[in-house]
Amino acid sequence: MTVHTRPEKPSAEAAVQAFLGQIDASIASYLETCVHCGECAEACHFYEVTKDPRYTPTWKLQPMVRAYKRHLAPFSGLKRALGLAPSEVTLDELEEWSELVYDACTMCARCTVVCPMGIDIATAIRRMREGMVAAGVAPEGLHEASDRALNTGSPLGLTLRVLQKQIADQEKETGIPVPVDVKGADYLVILSAMELIGFPEVIGALSRIFKQANVSWTFSSAAFEATNVGVQIGSKEIATSLLGRVVDAAEALEVKYLISPECGHAYGALKWEGPNMMGRNYEFEVIHILELLEELRLEGRLRIGGKDSRRLAFHDPCQIVRRGGVVAEPRNLMAAVAANQVVTAHAGINNYCCGGGGGVSSNHRAEELRFKAFAVKKRQLEEAGGVDALVTACANCRNVLEEAIDEYEMDLPVLSLTELLAEYLEPEGGAG
Amino acid sequence: MTFLEWTEGPLWYGASAIFVVGAAWRLFGILRLGRRVELSRPRASAASGALAAIVRHALPRGEYVERTWYHVVAGYLFHLGLFALLLFAAPHVAFIHDRLLGVGWTPLPRWAFIVVAELAFAGLILLWVRRICDPVMRQISDRDDHLGTWLTFIAMLTGCLALQETSPVLRGIHMLCVEVWMVYFPFSRLMHAFTWVLSRGFMGANYGRRGVSP
Repeated sequence: MTVHTRPEKPSAEAAVQAFLGQIDASIASYLETCVHCGECAEACHFYEVTKDPRYTPTWKLQPMVRAYKRHLAPFSGLKRALGLAPSEVTLDELEEWSELVYDACTMCARCTVVCPMGIDIATAIRRMREGMVAAGVAPEGLHEASDRALNTGSPLGLTLRVLQKQIADQEKETGIPVPVDVKGADYLVILSAMELIGFPEVIGALSRIFKQANVSWTFSSAAFEATNVGVQIGSKEIATSLLGRVVDAAEALEVKYLISPECGHAYGALKWEGPNMMGRNYEFEVIHILELLEELRLEGRLRIGGKDSRRLAFHDPCQIVRRGGVVAEPRNLMAAVAANQVVTAHAGINNYCCGGGGGVSSNHRAEELRFKAFAVKKRQLEEAGGVDALVTACANCRNVLEEAIDEYEMDLPVLSLTELLAEYLEPEGGAG
Repeated sequence: MTFLEWTEGPLWYGASAIFVVGAAWRLFGILRLGRRVELSRPRASAASGALAAIVRHALPRGEYVERTWYHVVAGYLFHLGLFALLLFAAPHVAFIHDRLLGVGWTPLPRWAFIVVAELAFAGLILLWVRRICDPVMRQISDRDDHLGTWLTFIAMLTGCLALQETSPVLRGIHMLCVEVWMVYFPFSRLMHAFTWVLSRGFMGANYGRRGVSP
């Protein structure tokens, strides 16, 4: 089946139709209830660093609000007849809003937490992006990533040969064979594109952990990437196509669980949006790697033999913690492995985004703004008295943070929580 | 028929009908859009999440108060003051007893009415001053925000003028202003007085099933 990534020509009408198609009672209640109090601006890292009022989260929804109020809202017909309905959204406006919706929003949902009306702006932005794609005003960087993902399965264009090379390197490093295409394994491991190309050590870390915990697991040569750029650009068609490959591979291998890797949006795409996009639930369960690691730790199968003595702070990935519900697990795992954990202000469900989620890191034109947004994280760390290293559980956060740290000429390693745990595993044969 | 009789008779019934039918239609118009069936396996209860959000988002979030204190303070002053006036001002208690429910309760003493009214006015004025001064608020505010604020302000002000009950005309003017407010209500953002339950509830249910209460 051909997946359409771009419309034949830019069209505001297509956007309006797509906006309206995305609005159910929940989205309508959000668009109806906003009282324009402006509190959401105070939660947004992009507003905080720029003080640009256009970056007020609720303002980013304006075109969809106008389309709704003109065409779908109660009394919209009456208001149109009386000339009181908002004007029709134009292509120029959509092009202007492309920056607000794609460059200046990571769908981190911090604004949702602060909103007195409980408006889920992040979810509304996700829906709005469907209209932006339909209009042809999505950023080129995300389109390029979508094309690569559809052609190769990876937004970075990574092929099976890359996985095989990384597996071979990690097998050599750890001396542990990595299972591939093992039918009937309990767990299927997939990686984020960023892990595969930038942080392949996670493969060795998983090998060591799973060996100690005696976990039955496998990679699939048919689908090994979790990153779903379709969810980021806002195209259900692209997202479903990419997701379908993973679901098919997991079901073909008859695994019991699919492990969502250290990747924020992948977790939302696989666990929460996925079944809705596929129109059915899966024959397997989706479990986040942090959930599995905590489960193994509690069962005594993951045994930590020492603790890192550095001052370590955990950066909560928005899509895993605030929007994913994996809140306690990273805290418990950090406590198990970090002797001097630094808990920054706002840690947990109020944490600031890395600045590059929601496709912002794939969107070249947003780079300068993304680096600016890091100032908030920097301040957060300074206020906590400084740390020796940051730990996180999202390879995209990790990459975004590393790039920003370089930009700010800081010396601050960013670690994966999975890799950190693997580093401190109890040696074979027991602690003694 | 005197001016007061008009405002307490046909105009009151007309405005009430528009208020009730309009607000109900607006709520129905939102709910008729339906909600997509969630197929993902929930981690926790959506209903508990909805209830948690309904309560939690009524309270200021400590982590953000340093940046939102002005709006939080002004918002509470205005809303608590308004509800106290609406439900406990002596003429309102009498009106509710005589015209609406047939039951009444102990009204606020006069001094308390004055204090509460001043707090409500202070809150409303502070909110509006912020709306016209703060760059974010100027960016996002529209005609409806200002009109709703001013209609509420005028209804409150005329209510204070009518408090002495020295003139039926003043009472009639207050009734008329309230009726204009009631007619405007279903078509405006004032509807948030009802729709907040939906937005908080839907959001809370969505996150609640994920096992988190933002």
